[in-house]
Amino acid sequence: MALKLRSVVFFIGLLTCSVLAAETLHEERSLYRDITVTQEGDRRCLVFNVHRGDRNQTCMNTVSPERLVFEYAKMTFAGLLLNPNPQKILIAGLGGGSLPSTLAKLYPDAEIDVVEIDQAVVNVAKQYFSFEETENVKVTVNDARVFVKRASLLDQRYDFVILDAFTGDYIPEHLLTEEFLEEVRAIMSPDGVLVANTFSTSRFYDHESVTYQKVFGEFFNFKLPSSGNRIIIARDAPLPPRGELTGVARSLAPSVEKFGVPLLEYPSRLSTRVDWDMSRRALTDQYSPSNLLRDN
Amino acid sequence: MNAKQARRPSNLGPQSIPSLLVISAAFVSGFCIMTIEMLGARIMAPYFGGSLSVWGSILTVFMLALACGYLIGGKLSARQPSLFNYAFFFLAAAALSLPIIFFADEIMRPIFLAIEDPRYGSLLASLFLYFLPTTILGMISPYSVRLLVENSDHSGQKAGLLFFVSTIGSAAGTLGTSFYLVLWFEVNEIVFGTAGALALIGAVLMVAGIRRGQADGA
Repeated sequence: MALKLRSVVFFIGLLTCSVLAAETLHEERSLYRDITVTQEGDRRCLVFNVHRGDRNQTCMNTVSPERLVFEYAKMTFAGLLLNPNPQKILIAGLGGGSLPSTLAKLYPDAEIDVVEIDQAVVNVAKQYFSFEETENVKVTVNDARVFVKRASLLDQRYDFVILDAFTGDYIPEHLLTEEFLEEVRAIMSPDGVLVANTFSTSRFYDHESVTYQKVFGEFFNFKLPSSGNRIIIARDAPLPPRGELTGVARSLAPSVEKFGVPLLEYPSRLSTRVDWDMSRRALTDQYSPSNLLRDN
Repeated sequence: MNAKQARRPSNLGPQSIPSLLVISAAFVSGFCIMTIEMLGARIMAPYFGGSLSVWGSILTVFMLALACGYLIGGKLSARQPSLFNYAFFFLAAAALSLPIIFFADEIMRPIFLAIEDPRYGSLLASLFLYFLPTTILGMISPYSVRLLVENSDHSGQKAGLLFFVSTIGSAAGTLGTSFYLVLWFEVNEIVFGTAGALALIGAVLMVAGIRRGQADGA
């Protein structure tokens, strides 16, 4: 009996600890979402819309901030297999800034443009996630669609474009259409690569895949069992043979290892298999009910 | 019909305006206003993005246009109100909605090029795309009241009924568009449907006006 009581007390104590352990460092309601910064042990996370079910947007290990925490963030680096030396990088969606920070360390000479719609996210990334704007890393607070259109007017060309603008519970519908992808394609250099971090489930998957296929032709689909995300890796030119990717992975792996990216495991995971319903309609500016499709 | 007229003589002429027609017309105009408004953000997103300020631009322009429409429509209703004028509003609103389909890019592209800030860009684009058709749709409300009101005792009641019907129409247009229509149709198809519905109502009102005119002449 005493033993049982003790174990109950212990269990309650454990529960309390785990609740208390996640300390809230910052809470803010921005124009677009509720932003919360939490700290749990070594792990600091940026959470959007906590009341609608905890979604960690990005996390950082405060003891070893170099190492990427999330699988999808690491997976993004698979795009480098197609272009291992980007000089001009565009990232749509800042989050905690882990992608631009890591890329800036990896390519100190590269010009990195980040476009983020929410000024509050930029402030939080700087204050809590040691994100810094530098000579080479510049943030523009704007809608990604507008930024890309302007970039194309200014004849900008990017070697590496990352679309990471999906927060998990709302899809910006104008960033998924055929017309938008065409605009992105127009600002990519001839050997430029597009990496999009999106979802791997629901009927929406089919529509999205059909749309990417329509604009870029065959693309790499990158999914891991440990992650609910899927990464689309596309480029204008035909995809390179797998052997080439393995070669690049071997030479690039040592430099990304300190960020916790297991690049050597990636080439065999990049798939060109069509695992979606090709009869689905492509998303366009005229037809883009992405949020409705996702719920169905 | 004749017995009814004997009881409630209309000051518009010997034959009263068919109330059901005016009420249906008010419902359709309420529906169409919100359908176009809901699609407004979608139409402008490719040039000005999906930020909160784009919604702000659209709502501002719609409110301004409706305000102007109420004022003009009210003024016009004081001068020989007729079903012809009323029908003409619907036909004009239908016609003025067509640039949203056919010239949206031509209107938005130069504005995008000229104005860097998407707030003012979207405000100006909304003005060009939505101000005129929405003003005309706004004119319909006070004019409908005038057509329905037969004596001043009932004017508040009739106005209340019309606001009720057209606002229910607006609610239906908002929900129908954002929940279902965008899932079933392309944006331009929906705008086209809106213009078609307005034109159809306009045509029906025109025919009703002609028949009334003939009855008056007889």
